[in-house]
Amino acid sequence: MKDVRLLSEPFNPGQLVGPFTNAHPGLGGVCTFVGEVRGDGDVEALELMHYEPLTLAGMDDLAEQALARFDLMGILIAHRVGEMRPGEPIVLVSAAARHRRDAIRAVDFAMDHLKSDAWFWKRERRAGEWRWIDPRPEDHADLERWTS
Amino acid sequence: MAVRLVFLGKLADLAGASERELAAPIDWPALVEALQGELGEWLAGDKLKLAVNGAVLADKRALQARDGDEVALLPPVSGG
Repeated sequence: MKDVRLLSEPFNPGQLVGPFTNAHPGLGGVCTFVGEVRGDGDVEALELMHYEPLTLAGMDDLAEQALARFDLMGILIAHRVGEMRPGEPIVLVSAAARHRRDAIRAVDFAMDHLKSDAWFWKRERRAGEWRWIDPRPEDHADLERWTS
Repeated sequence: MAVRLVFLGKLADLAGASERELAAPIDWPALVEALQGELGEWLAGDKLKLAVNGAVLADKRALQARDGDEVALLPPVSGG
């Protein structure tokens, strides 16, 4: 089962993971990562911009890659767009598998790709000022882990 | 009879809008001509990619956009 979503409103991770888990009877393990907007000093808000024709298609392709690369029963990728506050969930990746290592590695794989080469543009507001965030070299280094 | 330009990320700030229409057809020289200043510098640089109707161009200088096409200007992504 492949479930890929872009969400424009706040979401409750449990409400997505519960049904996803139930949809895979006989699984051996589910690994879930939830990323939240970090409370980073004076950051008041984070805004994620996307481009509909590329962003969702890119996430769907990433889910297909994970399904092809790891022995999974299913994968769920959900990502927020729009304006968020510190403490709000921004991304959720959940993988169900017969054995734990595939589930864990699939989530790690998907997160490294989402953080570096998904079609999102991010800006943050500090003291009332919006500022666009440039790509981080560390994120590209994380991606290198999966090229061998 | 127009091509719609879509500006993503910081380019929307530079353009002063997230979209703009140009008279069709538009090729690379016409786009360079239409975008001046900082937007023009971005367009000329290596980091900016172009997509036509959701397909990223391998060579942006081969741009050929017709009436009804949507051309997206894509600066480097900052990731999720």
